[in-house]
Amino acid sequence: MSISAKPVVSRHHSPTSVRRYVIGFLLALYITLVAYILTVRRALSLDWLVAMIVGLALLQFVVQLIFFLHVGAETRPRWKLAVFWVMILVICILVFGSLWIMANLNYRMTPEQVTNYLHGQDGL
Amino acid sequence: MSTPLPKSVHNQVAQAESQDKSQLGFWIYLMTDCVLFASLFATYAVLRHNTYGGPSAHELFRPGYALIETLLLLTSSFTCGLMTIAVRQGKRQLVVMLLIITGLLGLVFLGMEISEFHKLAVDGDSWRRSGFLSAFFTLVGTHGLHILSGLLWLTVLLWNSARRGLTTVTSKRLLLFSLFWHFLDLVWIFIFTFVYMLGVLGA
Repeated sequence: MSISAKPVVSRHHSPTSVRRYVIGFLLALYITLVAYILTVRRALSLDWLVAMIVGLALLQFVVQLIFFLHVGAETRPRWKLAVFWVMILVICILVFGSLWIMANLNYRMTPEQVTNYLHGQDGL
Repeated sequence: MSTPLPKSVHNQVAQAESQDKSQLGFWIYLMTDCVLFASLFATYAVLRHNTYGGPSAHELFRPGYALIETLLLLTSSFTCGLMTIAVRQGKRQLVVMLLIITGLLGLVFLGMEISEFHKLAVDGDSWRRSGFLSAFFTLVGTHGLHILSGLLWLTVLLWNSARRGLTTVTSKRLLLFSLFWHFLDLVWIFIFTFVYMLGVLGA
């Protein structure tokens, strides 16, 4: 095998190579189309469809984080990654916390009580 | 103390360090923006069935329309990624061309978003109709505003790189812009999934 300098140099572009973006793009495209087809066809029960579509969104999230935003590609100390995980934690608390609290409110305040209250307040 | 570096090397190191800091700073901004979007998503999730007798997501949203919007934004995110490679290789004309393509795709996307809003408002289903629609307009409208500011930023960068070339400052900003643009695409994926696809399913 002959040793030439050029290919080695071009291979060193690897973390941001065109190929990496093309792979990411094709994967994202594929995941989006699968989610769309699942939604339009409705071949499964609703629970399964919801689970699969949410799963595909999370998969798409990971694909784009790795191939487009290069999360985890930085060298130590990994500040970006640390901030990222804190953000994920905050988002989980915010979203699931809100849903949990509001579901509780819905459960404890029955519709009758709400309608009676509204009637009393402004005569709806 | 370590031995002093020659001045040119020292400058390079300082430059690399400041590049790293601006990247980290911008990244932290993006993460806080994520928290803003998360709170709007949570609001939407709580209010999505509160239609107050008005139309529900199932009746309003067309999945094909949302799919086209997604494909547009995804493609523009891709061309934006290619742009960063061209920046690193110093290919100015390619950068300008890819920026124009990214911008045009973004513009068509924004146009589709605005036309959808317009159609809803004309049909009497504006943000005043129900809690569900208020949450919808706030969430998708905030994303649209981000896209708009991204497009303004892109225009400035396009002007700079076309007129003054890929200076250190412009190159750095182009890389930060690509982070912003990819981030907006990522947020849209969740709007596509949770607002449009699950909305059409009636979940």
